[in-house]
Amino acid sequence: MATKTYLDFEKPIIELENKITELKSMSDVVDISEEIKELEKKIDELRLDIYKNLTRWQRVQIARHPERPQTLDYIENIFEDFIELHGDRYYRDDPAIVGGIALFNKQSIVVIGHQKGRNTKSNLYRNFGMANPEGYRKAHRLMLLAEKFKKPVITFLDTPGAFPGLEAEEHGQAEAIAKNLLLMSGLRVPIIVVIIGEGASGGAIGIGIGDRILMLENAWYSVISPESCSSILWRSWDFKEQAAEALQLTAFDLKKQGIIDEIVPEPIGGAHKNHTEMFKIMKEILTKELQKLINTNPEKLVRKRREKFYKMGVWSEK
Amino acid sequence: MPWFLRSKENISETQQKEMPDGLWTKCPSCSEMIFKKELEENYFCCIKCNYHYRIGTKEYVDIILDSNTFNETNTNILSSDPLNFVDSKPYKDRLKVTYDSLGINEALTTGTGKINGEMVSFASMNFSFIGGSMGSVVGEKFYRAAKLAMDKKYPLIVITSSGGARMQEAAYSLMQMAKTSAVLSELAESGGIYITILTDPTTGGVTASYGMLGDIILAEPGALIGFAGPRVIEQTIKRKLPPGFQRAEFLLEKGFVDLIVPRNELKSTLTKVIKWFKS
Ligand SMILES: [Zn+2]
Repeated sequence: MATKTYLDFEKPIIELENKITELKSMSDVVDISEEIKELEKKIDELRLDIYKNLTRWQRVQIARHPERPQTLDYIENIFEDFIELHGDRYYRDDPAIVGGIALFNKQSIVVIGHQKGRNTKSNLYRNFGMANPEGYRKAHRLMLLAEKFKKPVITFLDTPGAFPGLEAEEHGQAEAIAKNLLLMSGLRVPIIVVIIGEGASGGAIGIGIGDRILMLENAWYSVISPESCSSILWRSWDFKEQAAEALQLTAFDLKKQGIIDEIVPEPIGGAHKNHTEMFKIMKEILTKELQKLINTNPEKLVRKRREKFYKMGVWSEK
Repeated sequence: MPWFLRSKENISETQQKEMPDGLWTKCPSCSEMIFKKELEENYFCCIKCNYHYRIGTKEYVDIILDSNTFNETNTNILSSDPLNFVDSKPYKDRLKVTYDSLGINEALTTGTGKINGEMVSFASMNFSFIGGSMGSVVGEKFYRAAKLAMDKKYPLIVITSSGGARMQEAAYSLMQMAKTSAVLSELAESGGIYITILTDPTTGGVTASYGMLGDIILAEPGALIGFAGPRVIEQTIKRKLPPGFQRAEFLLEKGFVDLIVPRNELKSTLTKVIKWFKS
């Protein structure tokens, strides 16, 4: 599968791919199928090698890849009978967070997620996946719907942050996020959270409390983006690589820190390289995870969820 | 701010020192020269324009709690630099310098005390401690203060002032929003009383978790309260914010705080509110 966008560290792969294309154009003159085979093997090895040794900053770049599967892609490909439900019932519909009802392996569920765009136009419509308070309030009322009818909730996190805009503040961005955290801490139905791309700060955790926290291999999740962290702590935008290292924001880091439960593996070359394979992996994992939770009684579920978050943090006590 | 909207200008932390050493101080709002003793007697509010100076836990204990009733708790919980975080200087050094210069051990102080004879679980933030940022220790101390309120059936009174997250604790810092909200949901289920007092400035993760979750939310006059900081918003929308934006009076008008209470009326207001809950 040829990608339209490639990341700087993928350049050697692209060069080889271009060489194959070149060779193929001459193939009616001489037989070069052996050479092509050899090159393709080399590409696979190279990709494996590059993707085995990714730096944290490179993973951040993959997490932002414009061809990466997004919330609506997962919804369309692993659930059935999805009906999108719009609006917060107070003020407006926020396209940066989508939500609705669907069937997952014949089980009714409520699904909510941040939604980015793929091009300039759709990104403007989706506000680059940066939600306003109305988005968090839409999520809030959908979670209440789930609780009322005893349906599990699945959320997908993929945001560069809650929108830092004038109206967002006027409409109570902080209050909207806080109310979600409170609700999700006590919601009497199972909640599975999956960080699929970018999990930036309060805007991410605003739909991110759950019984099981899953995270894609090349997603990132932290309190701040490497760029902003660089700007504040290094007083320059140029230390994003160092900031990414210091923040320890990858799935592997967060598993060690006890912040996520499971790492969701991605196809070689990243989720953007093979959507079909990614959906298959996601469906298998969600099936397994939901089965574990579905019959837990609500009191136990909520107690265990709270205890899980009570344990988060590191301090010394003398 | 989102990475793709960044401008060349850096976001800077503001940690103005409002009360330099000396007998006199100049009001940051109206420039009036005030004798410090006089300022202290006036609840650290300007005698001319009523500007509310930023103060810390020690001062709020004197203003709100009955004298000699405060018992500090959780003094032995300290930050342990879980990520070995180093930016322009190591987090460990930052912590040590802060401990040594301020004599307080974290951005949140917890304890018990009395408000007009009524026992409360009391927690108060210290903006001077790394910008009142929320890390693991703030989360854990908050958790314990809330648990104590639950066990003893004391009202939980929390004074907030925070620039946001403790970046040096990265994802651990973010998780404190969840941890504090989770314990508040347990407190709420048990029928516990929770009152917040938002002071200047309260922004970021603290506002978007326990700041905005009070049964009653009070704010000091003029306090900056919001999610994103004003400079980040200006960089995003590429224009100046209107005067008064994100101030306590603005939040009251927009419907996000219950009441603005001048500092000299904090204790009497809290007394009345607690009396209502208890009667
Ligand atoms: Zn003044």
